[in-house]
Amino acid sequence: MSAVSAVQWDEAYNFAYLDEQTKRMIRRTILKAIAIPGYQVPFGGREMPLAYGWGTGGVQVTASVIGPDDTLKVIDQGADDTTNAVSIRRFFERVAGVETTETTEDADIIQTRHRIPEFPLREGQVLVYQVPQPEPLRKLEPRETETRKMHGYAEYGLMSVRLYEDIARYGHIATTYSYPVMVNGRYLMSPSPIPKFDNPKMENNPAIQLFGAGREKRIYAIPPYTQVKSLDFDDHPFKVQTWKECCALCGAKSSYLDEVILDDRGGRMFVCSDTNFCEDRRAKGHTGPLGADPAALAFAHKEPAQ
Amino acid sequence: MSAVMQMEKAERRPLLRVSHLTKSYGEVTGCRDINFTLYPGEVIGIVGESGSGKSTLLNVLSAQMQPTSGTVEYDLKHRGMSDIFTLSEPERRKLMRTDWGIVHQNPRDGLRMEVSAGGNVGERLMAIGARHYGDIRAAGLDWLAKVELDTTRIDDRPKTFSGGMQQRLQIARNLVTNPRLVFMDEPTGGLDVSVQARLLDLLRGLVRELGIAAIIVTHDLAVVRLLADRLMVMRRGEVVEAGLTDQVLDDPHHPYTQLLVSSVLQV
Repeated sequence: MSAVSAVQWDEAYNFAYLDEQTKRMIRRTILKAIAIPGYQVPFGGREMPLAYGWGTGGVQVTASVIGPDDTLKVIDQGADDTTNAVSIRRFFERVAGVETTETTEDADIIQTRHRIPEFPLREGQVLVYQVPQPEPLRKLEPRETETRKMHGYAEYGLMSVRLYEDIARYGHIATTYSYPVMVNGRYLMSPSPIPKFDNPKMENNPAIQLFGAGREKRIYAIPPYTQVKSLDFDDHPFKVQTWKECCALCGAKSSYLDEVILDDRGGRMFVCSDTNFCEDRRAKGHTGPLGADPAALAFAHKEPAQ
Repeated sequence: MSAVMQMEKAERRPLLRVSHLTKSYGEVTGCRDINFTLYPGEVIGIVGESGSGKSTLLNVLSAQMQPTSGTVEYDLKHRGMSDIFTLSEPERRKLMRTDWGIVHQNPRDGLRMEVSAGGNVGERLMAIGARHYGDIRAAGLDWLAKVELDTTRIDDRPKTFSGGMQQRLQIARNLVTNPRLVFMDEPTGGLDVSVQARLLDLLRGLVRELGIAAIIVTHDLAVVRLLADRLMVMRRGEVVEAGLTDQVLDDPHHPYTQLLVSSVLQV
């Protein structure tokens, strides 16, 4: 990969696409966000060559923190090879000339849509989330003036009402993604639509976690080693998803699994959503029940990166 | 009645003291120079025709609007008599959802229509830190029973309830934190007469049993006759007559009160 990447970027653009003033503005916003963990800081979001909802917030945050020596990894629902991930990675290869990787360990910046990698992150890494709706209270309280006051005065009873409704209706907390968290014991925060399986990974994480919402023009952050608690009830404690199956390709039992339909006769398999994690395990010789099945492997087969 | 009598034995400390309260909208006066004192467990009715400033007064008293001049002092649990407009906003909001209740004329203003009945009742509990689902649900069931709602409908949304049921749910939602003062704006407005009668009966029972003080704004004299200990008659933003309810209604002195009492239709 590194041999292919040009050291130079497309000179028609400023480094990393955004102009320097915009990057400084976003960096100031990020500093404020890190200083007040979980607080949504407004910023002057720019239009990006990307549709809203495809990661305009995350792209702006990445563009502001990336340097020429950084290595970038982009994942979409855990996968490195889906459209969103491929095009954002290609975008930064072109406008910043940075190296890109699919290996979690080698990346300095990881831009993610809706997953946290399975491999533990380390100090010095930056995880950038793409956030569609930064306000966790929005579905319950449509007024922005009111939700700002609720954050200001830490009035978060309403969020528990949503969990109460879940239990009343389904017998358990049925929220499985975008599961609300309290950051540093103060601010209620939406973790972006990551599965609640990933919520515990946010707590005490050595990496910096930055959240960018392009359409809503908000940035918020979790600094390294910060307390992040998922909301729950005393008699209905927070639990993550579990699966009866292991990964069909690599046999992993502890990762987040996606269900994949194999044919139109009911054939299906569960595979790791984190493709880098799955490949790494297979390369090390681990194999799952369908690890040698050609039909299953066809799904794991990737187009060669350009 | 026992709560009131106990209060009489104890030192009578006012719960709410209103002095020279005025609210004007530019040139237009909402209410002018209102003075009264409310004691714990007491129910005051405010009557008057449309546009007489009743709702303006209630909105100012319940801190939903700033007065132009004058003070509203409330006996805070840990601080004693304090002007509610000198409290910080979070303190005032906390007061409004714990020690106070506000029953709106239209239940849609006071309920969350997309949240189940149990969630509506439990919201105030969760707002003050309740985090045990079983306890919150038990309180919800208890309060639904107290306001005579079918407890099997605890998981139904209020939009599937009738107007009278919604109003009762709104009352349950407000009373769950045991407030000491409840503001009611036309609590029986928009309900048909038989439902009104049952709701009034329920309110009278709850207010007496729990010793809650209440300020009820209404244009319906029958409501205040049943519920209120004392009565204030408003006209053009001013109180023209005040006194014990029966006294004012049976022996009205001010010509406007006389007109008001005489214009009630007899069946």
